[in-house]
Amino acid sequence: MSNLIEVRGVTKTFGGVVANRDISIDVAPGQITGLIGPNGSGKTTLFNSIVGYHPIDEGSIKFKGKEISKLRVQQIARLGMVRTFQQTRIYGKLSGINNMLISVPHRNASFGDMFRPYGHEHRERAEHLLEFVGLYQKRKLPSGDLSFGQQKLLEFAMALMNEPEILLLDEPTAGINPTLINGLIDRLKRANSEFGITLFVIEHNMRVIMNLAHEIYCLAHGELLASGPPEKIQNDQRVIDAYLGAH
Amino acid sequence: MTTDTTTASLAVREAASGTARRRITRNDVMMYAAILVFGIVAPIIFPNYTYQIAVLWLMVLFAQTWDLVGGQMGYNSLGNIFFFGAGMYICTVTQIGLFTDVGAYTSSSDGGQFEFSTEQYYIGVAVGLVLAAIGASVLAVMLGWIVFGLRGPYFAIGTLGIALGAGELVGAWEWVGGGGGIPIPVYPGSGDGKAFFYYALCFGTAVATFAFLKWLYSTRFGLAINAIRDDEEKAEAMGIHTLRHKTVAWAISAFFLGIAGGLFGNMTGFIEPLEVAFPVITFGIFMVAMALLGGKGTMWGPVLGAVLFHIIKETTWTYFLGWQWVALGVIIILNIMFFQQGIVGWMQEKWPDLFGIEVDRSLVADTADDRARGRGV
Amino acid sequence: MLDNLNLLALAPLLNIQLLLDGIFIGAIFALAGYGLALVWGVMNVKNLCQGEYVIMGGYFAWYAGTIGIHPILAMPVAVVVMFGFGWVIYRVIISRVVDKDMFTSLLATFGLAIVIQQGLNLAFGPEVQIAQSGLETRSFFDGAVTVSEIRFVSFVICCVLASLIVLFMKNSRMGQAIRATAQDARAARVMGIDTDRVYAFTYALNCAICAAAGVLISMIWVIQPFYGLTHSIRSFVIVTAAGFGNLPGVILAAFGIGVAEQFGGFILGAELQQATVVGILLLVLIWRQALMSRRRQALA
Ligand SMILES: Nc1ncnc2c1ncn2[C@@H]1O[C@H](COP(=O)(O)OP(=O)(O)O)[C@@H](O)[C@H]1O
Ligand SMILES: [Mg+2]
Repeated sequence: MSNLIEVRGVTKTFGGVVANRDISIDVAPGQITGLIGPNGSGKTTLFNSIVGYHPIDEGSIKFKGKEISKLRVQQIARLGMVRTFQQTRIYGKLSGINNMLISVPHRNASFGDMFRPYGHEHRERAEHLLEFVGLYQKRKLPSGDLSFGQQKLLEFAMALMNEPEILLLDEPTAGINPTLINGLIDRLKRANSEFGITLFVIEHNMRVIMNLAHEIYCLAHGELLASGPPEKIQNDQRVIDAYLGAH
Repeated sequence: MTTDTTTASLAVREAASGTARRRITRNDVMMYAAILVFGIVAPIIFPNYTYQIAVLWLMVLFAQTWDLVGGQMGYNSLGNIFFFGAGMYICTVTQIGLFTDVGAYTSSSDGGQFEFSTEQYYIGVAVGLVLAAIGASVLAVMLGWIVFGLRGPYFAIGTLGIALGAGELVGAWEWVGGGGGIPIPVYPGSGDGKAFFYYALCFGTAVATFAFLKWLYSTRFGLAINAIRDDEEKAEAMGIHTLRHKTVAWAISAFFLGIAGGLFGNMTGFIEPLEVAFPVITFGIFMVAMALLGGKGTMWGPVLGAVLFHIIKETTWTYFLGWQWVALGVIIILNIMFFQQGIVGWMQEKWPDLFGIEVDRSLVADTADDRARGRGV
Repeated sequence: MLDNLNLLALAPLLNIQLLLDGIFIGAIFALAGYGLALVWGVMNVKNLCQGEYVIMGGYFAWYAGTIGIHPILAMPVAVVVMFGFGWVIYRVIISRVVDKDMFTSLLATFGLAIVIQQGLNLAFGPEVQIAQSGLETRSFFDGAVTVSEIRFVSFVICCVLASLIVLFMKNSRMGQAIRATAQDARAARVMGIDTDRVYAFTYALNCAICAAAGVLISMIWVIQPFYGLTHSIRSFVIVTAAGFGNLPGVILAAFGIGVAEQFGGFILGAELQQATVVGILLLVLIWRQALMSRRRQALA
C-alpha cells in the first residue's frame, strides 16, 4: 500500500498484436515517475489500461491498494486519478475559463450539485491556475482557437483543477514549441512539489524525462525493458539500443 | 478574406454557448417585457388567431426542449415527439379515468355517453397535465437507460424508432381507443372561452420552459452538457457523471413536452396516435428544423426559429396548393446544407460583441492562415 | 396472441410457411441493407431515405403494370433511371453534406425522404398498391404451405443481383476503387482515385439497388408513398447487426429480420407488424450496447 499505483503482470493484446506483455510498474506517492519507450512500444496502451479505457487480458492494477482493473473511466477518475491525452482534448467551443470550471472535481458530487452555480472560490481557483500556466489573458477566448501548445497547457490546467491525487500525462511536451518546453517542465515540477500531486509521465524526449523524473520505466515492443533512477536508465545499454534502433 | 470571416465566425459561434451565463442587462429586461406584453395582449388584438398563436407558443417550447438535448448536449434526437404523444395520452386517460371507465369511454364511437361536470373537467385537466409531465419524465428516465448508450446515428435512429413504434403500439391498444382515437372531454363553456383558457396555459408553459432553461443553463448543469457535446470522452475522463446529466436533460425535455402534449390534445378535441399524438414527420421534425433555423445551442435561437417557422408556415401554407409538404422538406434540406449555424449563430459571427463574446482577431487570422496553408499542401 | 402461438405449435407447417415468407421477403431486404452498408461504409452517409428509394422503384413496376407492361420488365428501367437520380442527388445534396458531421447527412436525407414521400403521394395518391405479376400460386402439403411463383422468381432475381454486385465489387475498376476508398479515403486520393466520383457512383449504385428491391417488393408485397420509413429502419437494423463490409452478415441479418417480422406479425397481429420492426431495431441496438459495455470503455 506504500505505492500509489501498482501494476502487476498486465498483458493487453489487440487482435494478434501484443501491445503490453507482463508489465509490472510501481508509482510511488509524491514522486514523478517516467515512462519512456520508442513509438509504438505500448506506453499509451498501458495508460489506457490503468485509467479504465479498455479491459486488460491479464494482470492486476491497484490504486491506493484497491483493485481498479474492472472499474470504468469515470469511476477511476473520481477516485482521484486523472489523465491527459496524447491528442490533446479540451472542450473546443467553451471558453478557457469554462473549460476550467467544468473540471472541478466530481468526487463527491451529489445529485443536487448538478444544479448549483459555481462558487466564487471555483472562479478564483480557475483564474489562479490559468495564470499558473500562462493563459490568463486568453481565458475568455473559445479554447478551440488557442494554439496547439496553449491547448496542451489548458488541458494541464484543467487536470490540476480536478485536484487529482495522481496525474497521468501522455507526452506533455509533444508538439510544443521547444522554447516553451523548459517552462512546461518547470510547471510540472511545481505541480508536483507545490500542489503535492504525484505525476506519472509518458515522455518521448529523453532529455526532458531525465530532467524531470525520479524513477523511470522503459518499454520496448510492449515489454518492460529497464527501470530505475534516471542516471541508471541513461547508461543502460538496452535502452540506448532500443532508442537507436527505433530511429 | 472569406476564409478569414468564416474561420472567425466559427471561433465566435463556438464561444457563444456561454451566452446564457451572461448577466441580465437592461436590454434583456426590455425584451422580456415586450414578449410578455405581446403574449398577453395578442389574443385580445387578434382574437381570430388565438389558436394559431397558442400553437406558436407550443412550437417555441418544442424547439427549446429539442435544443436542450440536441443543441446544448449534442444528442440529436429524432424522436422527442414521443414525449409529446405520451403526455397527450397520459393526460387524456387521466381526465377520463378519474371519473369513468376508460375502456367503456373509448370503445363508444362518440364518447358522448359520459358528461363531465365543469368541476370534473377542470380537475381532470389539472391532474392530467401534472401526470403527463411526470409520466413523460419517468418514461424518459427509463428509455434513457436504453438510448444513452447509443452514439451519433444510432441515437438518432433509436429515438426515431421509439417514436414510430409508440404510434404503432398505441394504434393497436384498444383500451386507449386504438387507431380510432379518443374524443376529448368537452370544454364546459364557449369556444372563445376554451381558446383563451388554453392560450393562457400554452403561453404560461412556454414562458415557464424558457425561464427554467435559462436558469438551468446558468448552473453547472449547463456547462456539463456543453462539455458532453464538445467531447464526451474527455468529460468521462474528468469524472463527470455523464449518464446522470444526459438522463436528467432528457427527462426535463420530456417534462415540458408532456405538458405540451396534454394541452394540444385538449385544444384539438380529438386525439389519435399517428397524426396527432406521435406525428414523427410533422411536429417531430419541425422541432429539429426550428432549432436549426434559429441556431442550435443558443438561448434565443430556438425561440426565433420557432416564431419564424410558424409564421412562414401559417401564412404561406395555402399558397402552395398541395405542395407545402414537399416545400417543407426542401426547406429542411436547404437549411441544413447552407445555413447550419442558424440565425442567432450567424448573428454571433457577425456581431460577437453583442453577445459578450471575445474574439482574438490576430489569433483568428493566424489560424486562418495556418489552415489556408495546410489546405494548400 | 396466445391463441396464435398455440396455432403455431399445433400446425408445424404454418411455421414453414412463415419461415419461407420471411426468407423470400428478407432476400429483398438484404439488397436495400447492402446498399445502405455501402454508402455508410464508403462515404459515411447514413442515408435515411433508403426506404423511399425502394418505394420509388416499386412505383416503376406498378406503373408499368397499369399500362399493360409486365412489372418485372420495369426493373431495368427503374435501375437505370434511379442510378441517374442517385447521381443527381449526390451532386446536388449529398456532396455538400458528406464531410459534415453525422447528423447533417442524417437530417438532409430525412428532409429528402419527406420530399419523396410527399411527391409520390401527390403523383400516385395515398392508396396501397400491388404490381400484378400474373403468376400463379403453388400449394404444397395439401395446401398447408402456399408459395406464389413470383416469390420464387423474386428470390432468384435477388440471388442473381447479389452475385452481380459481388462480381462487380471484386473485379471492376470502379468496384476496386470503391473498396479502396472505403478502406482509407485519403490514401485512395493519394493513389490517384477520384474519390468524389467514387462517392457519386456509390450513392447512385445504392439508389439502383434499392430500385431493384422496390420492383420486387411491389410484386410480392405492397407499396405506398409512406411505407418507405419502415424500409429505412429495416436497412438500419441490418447494417447495425451486420456491420459494413460483410455480405454474408447482411444476408443473414436480412433473413433474420424478414423471418422475425413474419412471425411477429402473425403472433401479435398484422397491425403490429411495423411495431415489430421497431422492436427488432431496439433489440438490436440494446444488444449492440450490451456488447460495448462489456468492454470497460463506455464509448463507442
Ligand atoms: N485501439 C487499438 N487497436 C489496435 N491496436 C492498437 C490500439 N491501440 C494501440 N494499438 C497498437 O498497440 C501498439 C502500442 O501502441 P501505443 O500504446 O499507442 O504506443 P505508444 O504510445 O508507446 O507510442 C501499437 O502497435 C499500436 O498499433
Ligand atoms: Mg502514445
